[in-house]
Amino acid sequence: MPDGKISRREVLKTAGALVGAGLAGKLAGYLPTASGPGAVAQAAAPSGTPVRIGFEVHRTGIGAVYGKWFEQTTTATVKLINEMGGIAGRPLEIVAEDDGTDPKRGVEVVEKLALQEKVDVIFGTLFSNVVIANAPRAGELKIPYFVVSEGYHVASGKLNRYVFQPGITDVRAQVTAIAPWIIKNLGKKVTMVYPDYAFGYDHRDFFGQAAAKLGGTVQALIPIPPTETSFTKYFSRIPGDTEVVYHVMVGPGVLTFVREMGEYFGSRKVKLFGFIDSLEGVDIASPGLEFLEGSYIWEAFPRYAGNVNTMAERNYRQRVGVDASGASVADPKDVSTYSHMFGCWETLYVIKQAMEKSGYKSPTPGDYKALIETLEKIQRFDEGMEHPQGTKRFVGRLHQSFGRQFISQVQNKKLKVVYMTKIEDGMYPPEADYTTQPL
Amino acid sequence: MTGQRGRPVLALHVAVVLLLLGLQFVVSPFQHGMLARIMVLAAFAVGYNVLLGYTGLMSLGHAMFFAAGMYATGLTVFYVGAGPVDGFLIGLGAGVVLSAAMGLIVLRTTGVSFLIVTMMFAQVFYLTTLYFNRITGGDQGLILTGHLHPLRLGALQLPFADPAVKYNVALAVFGLCFLLSLWLTASPAGRVLVAVRENEDRTTMLGFNTFTYKLLALVISGGISGMAGSAYTLLFSYVGSSFASILYSIYPLLWTLVGGSGTTIGPLVGTALMTYVVDITSGVTPGYLIVVGVVLVVIILKFPSGIVGGIRARWLPWLP
Amino acid sequence: MSLEGHLVLALLEGLVSSLVVALTALGLSLVFGVMRIVNVAHGEFFMLGAVITWYVSTAAGSFLPALIVAPLAVGALALVINRVVLRPIRYDPAATIVATIGLLYIIQQLVLTIYGPYARPVVPPFYFRVDLPWFGYSGYKLVVAGVAALLLVATWLLVTKTTLGLYMRATQQDRETALAFGVPVDRIYASAFALGAVLAALAGVLVVPEQQAHYLMGLDALLLSFMVVIIGGLGSLPGTVAAAFLIGMTDGVVSVFFSPTLARIIASGLVALVLVWRSGGLFGDAAA
Repeated sequence: MPDGKISRREVLKTAGALVGAGLAGKLAGYLPTASGPGAVAQAAAPSGTPVRIGFEVHRTGIGAVYGKWFEQTTTATVKLINEMGGIAGRPLEIVAEDDGTDPKRGVEVVEKLALQEKVDVIFGTLFSNVVIANAPRAGELKIPYFVVSEGYHVASGKLNRYVFQPGITDVRAQVTAIAPWIIKNLGKKVTMVYPDYAFGYDHRDFFGQAAAKLGGTVQALIPIPPTETSFTKYFSRIPGDTEVVYHVMVGPGVLTFVREMGEYFGSRKVKLFGFIDSLEGVDIASPGLEFLEGSYIWEAFPRYAGNVNTMAERNYRQRVGVDASGASVADPKDVSTYSHMFGCWETLYVIKQAMEKSGYKSPTPGDYKALIETLEKIQRFDEGMEHPQGTKRFVGRLHQSFGRQFISQVQNKKLKVVYMTKIEDGMYPPEADYTTQPL
Repeated sequence: MTGQRGRPVLALHVAVVLLLLGLQFVVSPFQHGMLARIMVLAAFAVGYNVLLGYTGLMSLGHAMFFAAGMYATGLTVFYVGAGPVDGFLIGLGAGVVLSAAMGLIVLRTTGVSFLIVTMMFAQVFYLTTLYFNRITGGDQGLILTGHLHPLRLGALQLPFADPAVKYNVALAVFGLCFLLSLWLTASPAGRVLVAVRENEDRTTMLGFNTFTYKLLALVISGGISGMAGSAYTLLFSYVGSSFASILYSIYPLLWTLVGGSGTTIGPLVGTALMTYVVDITSGVTPGYLIVVGVVLVVIILKFPSGIVGGIRARWLPWLP
Repeated sequence: MSLEGHLVLALLEGLVSSLVVALTALGLSLVFGVMRIVNVAHGEFFMLGAVITWYVSTAAGSFLPALIVAPLAVGALALVINRVVLRPIRYDPAATIVATIGLLYIIQQLVLTIYGPYARPVVPPFYFRVDLPWFGYSGYKLVVAGVAALLLVATWLLVTKTTLGLYMRATQQDRETALAFGVPVDRIYASAFALGAVLAALAGVLVVPEQQAHYLMGLDALLLSFMVVIIGGLGSLPGTVAAAFLIGMTDGVVSVFFSPTLARIIASGLVALVLVWRSGGLFGDAAA
């Protein structure tokens, strides 16, 4: 698209977006598409044909909370990248499409972005089932696909050489890194409460392995269906002499889960270790969550300001529009998904770096090959404006980044970091090698 | 009632298939992929329609037949290295066997009971795929790339990743199901099914064993759905529990009703229309589901018996 | 915890959830029974009840006004839907399914756009913990169960003792004859639809301090209500309540002993077999 000109498609998009938002009567805080006319037209420094990145986002469906924040973060990142000269001097443009958090629609979106929109690369998607359904299609269409998913599937080798996860760490690394702290500081006898589907099984399996090596025992496993709304009946399975309850919950029921846990245990003291996944988008100070006070929570990126005291983090937080408690600056009732959305920021910067380093020009097999091979050779992404969560070690053969993990404690209804792992703590023996696969 | 309308009707249906055959040479690569998917899902809807439109039984459990085909094919390809043709036949067989078994149990009920019973059994199937997730991959699913051999036709090796192969396999599956459904409506058995739909008691009194006919309809319906599921997994290299969920029992119902239940072309029209409405509007506004919902309401207000049903009622009474 | 503790817990949980499900299902049963249509958007009335409660309790600082505002608002919406969508298609069962699916998309997306994707909590009007010998239990849940039971009785009284109820039962039994007897069938349909929506919304209001208000919460409510209505027997209010109890209790007790997925497999299978055995439902006619 020639710069300076706003295409009819953009106008339609914005008009449609305004209609959609206007129908609802509330424009604040909900940014429809990141490719409004402003992003390209006003950027003075970048020039030439835009780099177009397809963004598959969970705007609707069960992943909608994450989708909203992924989109907000992406918009902020793109704005900053363009303000600072774009990618290789070219403006960056995002083409966003909703996948409804559905595997069938996800594949359609991949095809649309690759074949109709003819984007350079595709990125986004959090939910594993969508990622796994998409991966073969991206591989067939031979288009690089950068996922921001936290799943172990990329590093497991099950996907293909076109799929990367450079901007966020995977659940296996997370669990492996923090297991020692849990066993050492909280107790050896653990009960695990997790969702009864693949994401939960990853926790069950990896923590089980790690705990066994450290002399801990998983006394009871309590899987809970993700759509469950009432949890009291599950708590009765927690053995009386358990020292630690390890909990990961997903879905809209998390607040109920914590509150009912509090009601059930009452004054009985049991140590809790949870994952922020249970509380993404939920205010820790919500009524009913008093039971969490003093308990510990894993975070990928601390929600409350002041824990990571760097300029990069402050810049990131301010640019994305998040306040000191991790909520939207526009509406303090909108709590962000702070431990996941940074993956969008960092992934976009990785794409930028890889494109610039490999001399990427256009979506051709030759340029893709250079892009992929260049990226596979990168070994680290340094902490800084582009990687505010922290330094990442990138393992080329796994297409996966490794980074530090944070353990926070709920103190006075806020999260305060009490421990930080080293990158190496989470590095497990690699089980795959994508670099040997043909392109 | 046959005879004179026989020829033009057949010609129309063959024309539809030929049209689809020809479209692949003129549409863009994106539409190419979309049409392949639509044809496979339209085959599913055609199967569903055999039971709903022609026998008058509304099921909310067809996801289990689709998924049976998908899993049977997917699992044998993944674990045993079955070739695509063998896999496809196994998928078809799974759909037939499951629907026959189900039929013996559920056909004792009709109406809303049938609706719920089918829904419940489909739920059992879905939960079972989740329960045995170590084999099925559960909700994350399994990827078949690397396990799936190319289709072998004589000396030709046709890999499924090739768009032309995808399209023509999808077309072949759809064409087969489509023409089968046409044959069914014209056949004596088909007419008994319509009689069952109109008034089952009367049909029984006329001496027909309605149970056998309903079972036949369910087996054909389930078999076609299984074929569609099997084709889907071969074409898109993915097996996952999402396709066994209630959503995939609602989709064929929706597509068939929008297109026109009780017509042979309705399912194709409904599937294509709904897919395109979603696709086009989602690129225009994030609130696109509102538009989709409005479109649905408007369509059904204007065409209460579906689009093709409405066309048949108003202009072309000879459409099957 | 001892076995008796487990069982008491299971029974309590089953009791609470059965009563709430019964309330939602009752609404569906009325609509189904009187109008013979499947309203796929019924669960969305439940969700709207919950979401409106959030708005009211945030704006007014208290939960109680929502008990009036939410059902009224949802009832009004139902009347509009009945007039604009259902009447023009003359309550044709198949067309209603498509139309209500369209409505479901519209309502869900509107709520997503205005209210957002979050699951937001609502502060219960009061909070106390009941200490039982084996475990602690939410006092609010027990109150919800009580209120739901009262509402069920009130609905039963309405249906059996009032003229409106009489007309509804007449229309349900035989529409043509009711018309011949001068029953204003159109208005009965509107009333039934609105009442059904109001009951679902009330269930949403009661439940939301326990769960959170989330834009997708209607689907499970719909499926569960659907099941309960059919198992209980179309048009039978006592049947609906009995079925709700059966399902709620079974689910609660079975899941104490088995893994949740297996428990659901067993429960779903049992439900299906009950229906096959008695195709009119437990209390309905033999032929559905």
